[in-house]
Amino acid sequence: MNIRTFRIGGIHPEENKLSNDAVTQVAALPKQAIFPLSQHIGAPAKPVVAKGDKVKVGTLIAEAGGFVSAPIFSSVSGTVFKIDTAIDATGYRKPVIIINVEGDEWEESIDRSDKLETVKAHPELTPEEIVNRIKAAGVVGMGGACFPTFIKLCPPPTAKAECVIINAVECEPYITADFRLMMEHADEILVGLELLMKGAKVTKGYIGIETNKMPAIELLTRKCAEAFSASEYSVEVVPLKQRYPQGGEKQLVDAVIRRQVPAPPAIPVNVGAIVQNVGTAYAVYEAVMKNKPLFERYTTVTGKRLQKPSNFLVRMGTPMKDLIDACGGMPEGDNKLLAGGPMMGKALTSVEVPICKGTNSVTIISGEEAVRKEPNPCIRCAKCVSACPMGLEPYLLAKLAAVKNWERAEQEDVVSCIECGSCQFTCPAHRPLLDNIRQAKTTVMGIIRARAAAAQKK
Amino acid sequence: MNFMLIAVLVLGAIGLIAALVLYVCSKKFAVYEDPRIAQVTEQLPGANCGGCGFAGCGGLADALVKGADAGSLDGLMCPVGGQEVMGKVADLLGMAVANGEPMVAVVRCNGTCEHRPKIAEYSGLRTCAAMNACGAGETACGFGCLGCGDCAAACQFDAIHINPETGLPEVDDEKCVACGACVKACPRNIIELRKKGPKGRRVFVSCVNKDKGPVAMKACKAACIGCGKCVKECKFDAITVEGNVSYIDFNKCRLCKKCVAVCPTNAIHAVNFPAPKPKPEAAAAPVPDSSAVGEKVEPTKEKEEQV
Repeated sequence: MNIRTFRIGGIHPEENKLSNDAVTQVAALPKQAIFPLSQHIGAPAKPVVAKGDKVKVGTLIAEAGGFVSAPIFSSVSGTVFKIDTAIDATGYRKPVIIINVEGDEWEESIDRSDKLETVKAHPELTPEEIVNRIKAAGVVGMGGACFPTFIKLCPPPTAKAECVIINAVECEPYITADFRLMMEHADEILVGLELLMKGAKVTKGYIGIETNKMPAIELLTRKCAEAFSASEYSVEVVPLKQRYPQGGEKQLVDAVIRRQVPAPPAIPVNVGAIVQNVGTAYAVYEAVMKNKPLFERYTTVTGKRLQKPSNFLVRMGTPMKDLIDACGGMPEGDNKLLAGGPMMGKALTSVEVPICKGTNSVTIISGEEAVRKEPNPCIRCAKCVSACPMGLEPYLLAKLAAVKNWERAEQEDVVSCIECGSCQFTCPAHRPLLDNIRQAKTTVMGIIRARAAAAQKK
Repeated sequence: MNFMLIAVLVLGAIGLIAALVLYVCSKKFAVYEDPRIAQVTEQLPGANCGGCGFAGCGGLADALVKGADAGSLDGLMCPVGGQEVMGKVADLLGMAVANGEPMVAVVRCNGTCEHRPKIAEYSGLRTCAAMNACGAGETACGFGCLGCGDCAAACQFDAIHINPETGLPEVDDEKCVACGACVKACPRNIIELRKKGPKGRRVFVSCVNKDKGPVAMKACKAACIGCGKCVKECKFDAITVEGNVSYIDFNKCRLCKKCVAVCPTNAIHAVNFPAPKPKPEAAAAPVPDSSAVGEKVEPTKEKEEQV
């Protein structure tokens, strides 16, 4: 087997895939579901329901608030309790719709059968129709970034898509939701991939999987051979060497098709690739074939001290607390609660935060592991430089950020940083490199935007 | 001997030629600079703090001279030198300068450790900007002071410091020149430049929390809950409530302090007012400790730095 990986940098953190063998459970319905209006990149959605309205599972509750935006659907049936604010995954109070759950009544338009629909059986699905259905169902990137999927399928006229790459890398430690999804819904994922390829008008597809998920590689290779042997599409399962951050779009494109995406504003489609998460492929299948909008997802709830690390099929809007309780409750003592994995996850201060479109895991780091070590002076060992998958110099960028030299930081390409945290992970002096670099990146991006706006005015 | 003579002659000749070239260049390529710019720069404090909005004192001097030529010094002000320096500059340029009132930086957060309990521990980079990017911070208030001292680091005049007891920054009225560096440094826009007021007396709402009342109260006992009692009390139309938080317009405020007494959470602070006339029992009562500032009793002189 030819095992590939990306060419620059990368690290290999302890995997800790504790819930690899935990078969996905269907999470219990919450008593109250909370839907943040900003669950995606772009403009927040606009509510279309009011207090007291009755909703069913799959009812539209908020419409897209702009071009880069996505509608939000209720995952429960019940009554709209209020439109208020609540703490979401950003850690701040943001506008939300709160629904009191009553029963479990679904919209009749949703096909709830298990029957596998194939693309061949539905010739009415033109590429435009597929993209429209994905857009209408509110599908966004399920890997965590939550970029609206339909936009990725309509590349700018300057770029031409050549292939769709399914991101099934799951390089982040602890998380196993994608692995379980592949093991349990391989057929649906392949139909989803076919829909994505048809929607993007390409015939070549890849599925990138790291070799710590051998059962998934074997299963999907077999299923691919069955499904695509006599079709115009060719799909290849690409086994990848375990290396973080292989799940980053640009790293994955490099690993799978050996092309490097230039610095921003270039995106993978500039080198011909459309990257979609495996969870997105499944969501696309359900949206297009089953008319089921995006309102539930696969999520891992994990942690070393957690009694029973598990994988859940969970309705969005369920508070994290419900899932943690289903895993045996919060471990005693001090804990760090993360939305996402230990590398890129976001620390939260409340267990009432709801599961959103992008919450691929809830990770609980306990006790001493959660506390950062005291930073020591930088000795210019350049371990961070070797680890950076974007070829940047993190020690320098961190220093530039600390002295607020934004011009130089811009020259040093700080906006290329993907915030993967490899530099900070590898630093023997425990320096808060990423904290500093993130500051510089945000500031420099602001400066660039302001400059563009000023240029437009002229 | 001969060698020495040659060396002296050669060097002397080079020096002479270079001097000639330099002289010609300095005459031919001379850039005319208004002599008044240098004179004005001399009057300015020379701190190059940037508080005026220009890169340094030279920039302001340049703008002042241009302004004088255009006939107005409006909008140009050295916050460090204040009225005194601006008066001198105006005399120099033969202009009248508008009477700008002295300003001072005011920290609008009363979330002391006592009022606002910690709910989490932050172990990342200890700057307010970094903590602000991570979420609400160590307390449940997503608007209040983060206490890492970005403002103190930005101050060039040693006028703002974090009080370790309260975890909040305190401004030294005497040292503050209202350059606005702390205002820009604060990622949560808590610090505001307000009128210093007669004898430093001023009244302001010490909170910027836009959450609804119950939510704000849960996070911090001293939060403004936007109840609007102060608005009703104010006879001068100086107070407005917008987004669940009250704001006092310092241009309209007449310092009557009526709003201070009605505020249910003691979020409105009045500073530098003389202590109330000692009533027999009040005189005997102990002075409230410094962590409970801005209560119904006006802060006494030693507590003014609290705010």
